[in-house]
Amino acid sequence: MRPARHIRRAAARAGAAALSLALLAGLAGCSGDGGSDDGTVTLDYLSLAWQEESVAANKRLVEEWNEEHPEVQVRYVQGIWDTVHDQLLTSFEGGEAPDIIHDAADDLTDFAYGGYLADLTDLLPDSLRADIPAQSWRTTTMNGGIYGVPFLQEPRMMFANTALLEESGVRVPTAADPWSWQEFEDAAKELTADTDGDGSTDQYGVAWGMKEPVSQSVNLSLSTGGGLFSREQTDDGPKNRVGYGPEDSAVAETIDRQVNEDRTAPRSSLGMSGSDTLPGFFAGRYAMVPLNFSYRQLVTQQAPDDFGWSVLPMPAGDGPAGGLAQGVSPQTLSVAEDSDHRQAAADFIAFMTRPEHMAELAAGDWMLPTGAQALKDPALNTEKYGWRTGVEVARSLRPAPVLGVRGYREWSDKIATPAFQRYFNGDTDLDELRESLVEDGNLVLDRYQR
Amino acid sequence: MSAPTALRTKRAAGRTGQYLALLAYLVFLAFPLVWLISTAFKSPQELGKIDPTWIPQDPTLENFRAAFDAQPLLRSAANSLLVAGSAALIAVAIAVPAAYAMVRYRSKVTTAATGWILVSQMFPFVLIIIPLFMLLKEARMIDSLPGLILVYVVWNLPFSLWMLQGYVKAVPVSLEEAAAVDGASRLRTIVSVVLPLLAPGLVATLMFSFVTAWNEFFFALVLLKSPENQTMSVILTQFLGAEGVVDLGPLAAAATLATIPSLLFFALLQRRLVSGMLAGAVKG
Repeated sequence: MRPARHIRRAAARAGAAALSLALLAGLAGCSGDGGSDDGTVTLDYLSLAWQEESVAANKRLVEEWNEEHPEVQVRYVQGIWDTVHDQLLTSFEGGEAPDIIHDAADDLTDFAYGGYLADLTDLLPDSLRADIPAQSWRTTTMNGGIYGVPFLQEPRMMFANTALLEESGVRVPTAADPWSWQEFEDAAKELTADTDGDGSTDQYGVAWGMKEPVSQSVNLSLSTGGGLFSREQTDDGPKNRVGYGPEDSAVAETIDRQVNEDRTAPRSSLGMSGSDTLPGFFAGRYAMVPLNFSYRQLVTQQAPDDFGWSVLPMPAGDGPAGGLAQGVSPQTLSVAEDSDHRQAAADFIAFMTRPEHMAELAAGDWMLPTGAQALKDPALNTEKYGWRTGVEVARSLRPAPVLGVRGYREWSDKIATPAFQRYFNGDTDLDELRESLVEDGNLVLDRYQR
Repeated sequence: MSAPTALRTKRAAGRTGQYLALLAYLVFLAFPLVWLISTAFKSPQELGKIDPTWIPQDPTLENFRAAFDAQPLLRSAANSLLVAGSAALIAVAIAVPAAYAMVRYRSKVTTAATGWILVSQMFPFVLIIIPLFMLLKEARMIDSLPGLILVYVVWNLPFSLWMLQGYVKAVPVSLEEAAAVDGASRLRTIVSVVLPLLAPGLVATLMFSFVTAWNEFFFALVLLKSPENQTMSVILTQFLGAEGVVDLGPLAAAATLATIPSLLFFALLQRRLVSGMLAGAVKG
């Protein structure tokens, strides 16, 4: 019975292979376990840096720290933006959280209220507290404590095709003299054209990539004096409420007009992410695209060699900071409450956020540092790649209105995202958008504030 | 047109339709892979073009170089092979006798166990990850490859068992009775009669278990911390940035490399799968 012998041999081989693999795995696993009994403290640093320069800068700084502090060694652990919330939640619940945590301010709310993060109020040096402006500290201050050091941030900027802008003859805005929203609408009209005369538009003034419409709509509303979220005193204490008045909706109304009335923005870009709009930008199909500041890195990589581009400030409204205000959710460094070495972890954060280090990390991520000293770094104060425009806008940035609002994530996913998408698509009007955001939205927030 | 000719024409048309449907299905299946490979060989400038082409206009290996520079791809591939291979072999080794017992020795216990297998498939990852994390922590198996293998074995076992039950059921009992009449013991019958006929089932289950473990991401992400332990699926996501920004070229290059072991595994086992299916035992 040859097949039987064959199968028996195969089964024996498979069994042997399984055993060897399991043994090998055991050995490999053993080699991965750290720990030392010589008094050296080892801290885990969960970093979300992902761009090559940024990872290199982080690893270099960790190495430098480890050389300077033989008694407190830091282990670099790579995390991922997409899944960091679930990963952290599991680690916190399991009591195995990393000591030092890189995250973003809008992800800290639940962790701070849940008691998973250490209050850094008394753990950070005064120099660091003084160097980072108060509006940045407000992004991580909640529940009576400071739960992270905000160290990198990025505003929304208007990326423009320089040649098309010059051809159109429109005034080029600067941080000192930005466009008003009305001027921006006019400029978009000037830049919209039917270049081949076939009766259909083939060059749009602007492309709004609104795959994730909520953060843009909420953060930019600060420019017109809005913000959507407010805190109200009630019998049960202060509560977050959603409102949607004219100052909150002005930017969304502009986008709606451009897409559905003026046709200076294509409807097809509404479902796109920022990077999806780039091919059209490079091809001259879109004269301007609003993108986060760090997209400059992608533009330098992907733009054709002869493509000229500029970084302009977003239009200004009647809001704070001369109307240039917009909400940001900075990247943060926090310490786990369960860490046995909270002061050492805070010392490492202070080291990473020294002005020269903060500037290096910002440059690696193509973002802006929050620290006043780091913002003066010569490497960031150059015309190249729009760095200077970004630095000039930095002082106008404010905490994103959603920071510290419990239930924001559910409001955003279940209520606001579909409501904004329907509105920008022309399926609903402003009243219906307001009704969804406010009435349905407050029901969601109430559930988190009982 | 005579009747046989009309029949032949009808059959030919039917056959052509079948082939066209098959071709459409193949194109549907192959499209992502072909696009992935094409992307892996394109320069960043070409990736930013508004009219993408199937064939890279200026093919480059730069994405592969960047991928290897940025991440430890070989080490993570070795970890994935170790974990997926071990988990698949162990799961099948456990599932074969279990499936045989559940099919041949029917009782209330086996019925309940079958029900439990189905129910166990309904739990989402997020529901079990925290208790699992705590269990593994108690067993000091966090951040270890054996811990992850254990998780994958447990995770794959119910479905492997379910799959193999079907194959065991398809083996005629009369063959085992014939072997018994010839004096073969139960063990001998299983090894010499049942196992050879189960070959296609074993191969299919191995493939399923291997690919599931090879592709799995979340358990690996949460349970492994040390960079030297990370698996391919976790390493691949490190080409993804915040807010949907992706390092597309190197990601495509690394993902192309990551598909090779699975393809090889399939290629090697496919012959066994087909030959096993063709092996007949009982005359009709």
